[in-house]
Amino acid sequence: MAGRISDEIIEYVGILAQLELSGDEKEQAKEDMEKLLNYIDKLGELDTEGIEPMSHVFPVKNVFRQDQVTNGDAREEILQNAPQKKDGAFKVPKTVE
Amino acid sequence: MQIKDLTALETGRKIKNREISVTEAVTASLERIKNLDPALGSFVTVDEEGALKKAGQIQALVDQGELAGPFAGVPIGVKDNICTKGMKTTCSSKILYNFKPPYSAEAVENLEKAGAVIVGKTNMDEFAMGSTTETSAFGITKNPWNPAHVPGGSSGGSCAAVAAGMVPCALGSDTGGSIRQPSSFCGVTGIKPTYGTVSRYGLIAYGSSLDQIGPIAGNVEDCAALLEILASHDLKDSTSVERKDLDFTVALTGDVKGMKIGIPAEYMSEGLDGQVGDAVKKAAEILRDRGAEVEEFSLNLVDYAIPAYYVIASAEASSNLSRFDGVKYGYRASQYEGLHGMYKKSRSEGFGEEVKRRIMLGSFVLSSGYYDAYYLKALKAKAMIKQAFDQAFEKYDAVLGPAAPTAAPPIGESLKDPLKMYLGDIYTVSVNLAGLPGISLPVGVSREGLPIGAQLIGDCFQEKKIFRAAYALEQGRGAFPRPSMDWAEIKEA
Amino acid sequence: MAKQYETVIGLEVHVELATKTKIFCGCSTAFGGAPNTHTCPVCTGMPGALPVLNKKVVELAVAVGLATNCKIHQYCKFDRKNYFYPDNPQNYQISQLYLPVCYEGGIEIDTPSGRKTIGIHEIHMEEDAGKLIHDEWEDCSLVDYNRSGVPLIEIVSEPDMRSAEEVIAYLDKLRLIIQYLGASDCKLQEGSMRADVNLSVREAGSSTLGTRTEMKNLNSFKAIARAIEGERARQIELLEEGKAVLQETRRWDDNKEYSYPMRSKEDAHDYRYFPDPDLVPVEISDEWLEEIRSRQPELRTEKLERYKKEFDIPDYDAEILTGSKRLADIFEETTALCRKPKKVSNWLMGETLRLLKEEAMEPEELHFSSEHLAKLILMTEEGVINQTVAKEVFEKVFREDIDPEAYVEEKGLKTVNDEGELRKTVEQVIRDNPQSVSDYKGGKAKALGFLVGQTMKAMKGKADPGMVNRLLKELLS
Repeated sequence: MAGRISDEIIEYVGILAQLELSGDEKEQAKEDMEKLLNYIDKLGELDTEGIEPMSHVFPVKNVFRQDQVTNGDAREEILQNAPQKKDGAFKVPKTVE
Repeated sequence: MQIKDLTALETGRKIKNREISVTEAVTASLERIKNLDPALGSFVTVDEEGALKKAGQIQALVDQGELAGPFAGVPIGVKDNICTKGMKTTCSSKILYNFKPPYSAEAVENLEKAGAVIVGKTNMDEFAMGSTTETSAFGITKNPWNPAHVPGGSSGGSCAAVAAGMVPCALGSDTGGSIRQPSSFCGVTGIKPTYGTVSRYGLIAYGSSLDQIGPIAGNVEDCAALLEILASHDLKDSTSVERKDLDFTVALTGDVKGMKIGIPAEYMSEGLDGQVGDAVKKAAEILRDRGAEVEEFSLNLVDYAIPAYYVIASAEASSNLSRFDGVKYGYRASQYEGLHGMYKKSRSEGFGEEVKRRIMLGSFVLSSGYYDAYYLKALKAKAMIKQAFDQAFEKYDAVLGPAAPTAAPPIGESLKDPLKMYLGDIYTVSVNLAGLPGISLPVGVSREGLPIGAQLIGDCFQEKKIFRAAYALEQGRGAFPRPSMDWAEIKEA
Repeated sequence: MAKQYETVIGLEVHVELATKTKIFCGCSTAFGGAPNTHTCPVCTGMPGALPVLNKKVVELAVAVGLATNCKIHQYCKFDRKNYFYPDNPQNYQISQLYLPVCYEGGIEIDTPSGRKTIGIHEIHMEEDAGKLIHDEWEDCSLVDYNRSGVPLIEIVSEPDMRSAEEVIAYLDKLRLIIQYLGASDCKLQEGSMRADVNLSVREAGSSTLGTRTEMKNLNSFKAIARAIEGERARQIELLEEGKAVLQETRRWDDNKEYSYPMRSKEDAHDYRYFPDPDLVPVEISDEWLEEIRSRQPELRTEKLERYKKEFDIPDYDAEILTGSKRLADIFEETTALCRKPKKVSNWLMGETLRLLKEEAMEPEELHFSSEHLAKLILMTEEGVINQTVAKEVFEKVFREDIDPEAYVEEKGLKTVNDEGELRKTVEQVIRDNPQSVSDYKGGKAKALGFLVGQTMKAMKGKADPGMVNRLLKELLS
């Protein structure tokens, strides 16, 4: 299927992925994605009637923690990599207008 | 014999027997890195000071008899997507250029308990996305056998470092072949264990349902012994599996009598380089000579593994990598407008091309209207691929094949055509989709002087079977040559 | 004639579960604390950190599901909801889309037109987000992840409600059930219970649904009622003008009594849900389900029936007492200690409710101990203090949870039972009030009351009024 990746789709996926692509990058992304999807379309040939989608290879289930506090105050370590911080919190651009 | 020529277990034994000190072992490793790595580029971070300090501490524990394990004092390299507390962990990405994790991965904790000394963090394809170690933000790694060629990827730094004798062993991670393929390209041995065998806690996720940490070393025995150290049931990783059969080294008998080994006809056909095919056939001969039954069979669905893999891995990656946003750690753009401007600028400047390509693809296949056609379809294909292997293992103890279609390609060739690069993963990705263990070990050298590996795949939790077969193959093959490294050496003035 | 409109309302109610730790890590859920002091690599989205599910969360979610007549998905999973926002450290929220833990339930509410069932579409488990603090001094926001990863259940109702009254009745009922289960304290003001309102209007008699809007930021029952009225009016006005209602999320501003659209071009509302590969499925076996069922505490309806049977208190009192988990708990604990249900009920229905109203407090905020109330009742019954003193002491119990025994001792408030001393005081009062004495003797019975009052005053309230009465009558006869 050719031309399924429109400029709008690239724009939209950029918003979903929070990536800002330049004009050239967008063209490249369009071409790459088109090519990859054409190849991925091969999956369509496969008859998957009655097959359950498999997220986990093993039927592992019910892995739990008990409700016990195990962590103390680790604020300093948690904040040590923050690009910007203030008053013990991560600093970000204003979130509401 | 020089320290650089010792295997990991030999190094450990010599330390235990007081033939060399831990400091001598670590210094030899650091010296060789200093000497060779400027040309090779296999390390992102070398922690000389920390490693030497650690060496002293380990020596004291060895002297007090408190540490007696086979890896006490053995220098090791750790792939840079595995968290090391206080030591930079970058995933070879600009977006994590300065990240010092506040904790260590469970695998690293296990290494430290065993007394191994981490000398540094090895280079990789950015976020483990790539097959060449050319997508690293910190420079490409070269193949120790020929600097004009890639070492493979994404664990290219770890494999090159072991091949060049800078460290006797290293940790890699394997999402679609990232341990086995570079092992093949660099002439070293590496195993991707059964999913859930080594904790993923602290492994910076690429495709969570596929990722596994595994050992890379100079031979099968080192790999088996190192995996014994790494494997553990970790309550911090919900997908970690409790196993009782972790005594892998007992499987190294040299004997494969009665083993049934299948070679998928689909792995030996179109697209496979003739020299690689010949090397695999030679491996089959060796196994036959040692008493195994080896035959070709038809493995279904081989052609669907790559499309299913790229859908699943990219989808998971698009979500896993959304946490890199310039808020909590890593790179934040210096100029931006507003919150979303900060996100977009930081991510667009922080991620490389290949990572962005996969995030875009992954976001698309999960987006409204496409989820069923791509993601769900891929999960169904995964179920069918698993079934195909289940059937194969009803008949065979192990599956033999190549680890990659060719020997290491020249630098600069693969990234030109991403799809072509992805197709090179054909023999490795289905192992990840089905959660199986797979080991790659060198079996030949091409006419161009590049190593060629073979891969042995086992059923889930059957590492012992592939270790047994691999060890016998290694015995039959004989000592494998090491690259000379003349080209990289910094000559004293 | 003006068109008649019907309002159709569904609710999405988020409830913070009363666990000690977060849903996926061992950090405390305690309220307050300096920013980011209850955090770890997991709940701050550090690279490589992995979630492990808190078992208690599943048990509480199932308990709420059972109490709201839901079916239970005995095989359920967690999914990732992907969206970028700084209060969400991984930029995805772990939630349940495909197989929520509970589904197809409902609860009954009483409305002016009779009893009605409000359907519950599903209940799913998820993690809460962190808190954004808007910095007044700098043009920036600050992120605190203490609440990030606190376990939530989201209870999604069917669009079965038709008025603000029904919504409030539903929320009240839901809150009571959850409080009875001990699954949450459900405080709207503190955000441990939050309701988003989905509302549409349609012409009366129509069977198709109108376009709905979702309203957020409603943190009191009053705000919810006002928001429903406001949004209903706004939508009707649009329709009357021939305009379309836009499907959108709106933020209610309770001060301005108006809602504003929360839109941004960065909000694609395409959450790309997929099963979280880091978590394994939850399988709730029949045995486990039975175990949870057998641990279910008595709920309101059963308790009300029992009160009516077991205690000699008016039905009305039983209704009020069981209408709050806290009141019911205090009632039962105190009764167990003093064995005087009628008296306990009187103290709760009378003084307690009066003081609550005076302080504009909810019964759930009561913090005095049942031991202290029981002691107070026993002291009154035994005549250690009289009723007047008891009321005074109760205020202290209500406000400061003082020990009435120690307090009465310390302040010397015990009733004086020494007849000799009291007789002296009464004699003095008779001497000091000749007018009242003669009034009484002249047949004015009221005058005795005045003399009793004077005596009590002279005794600083500590006399037994019965004894004062008797002595006065005796001395004046």
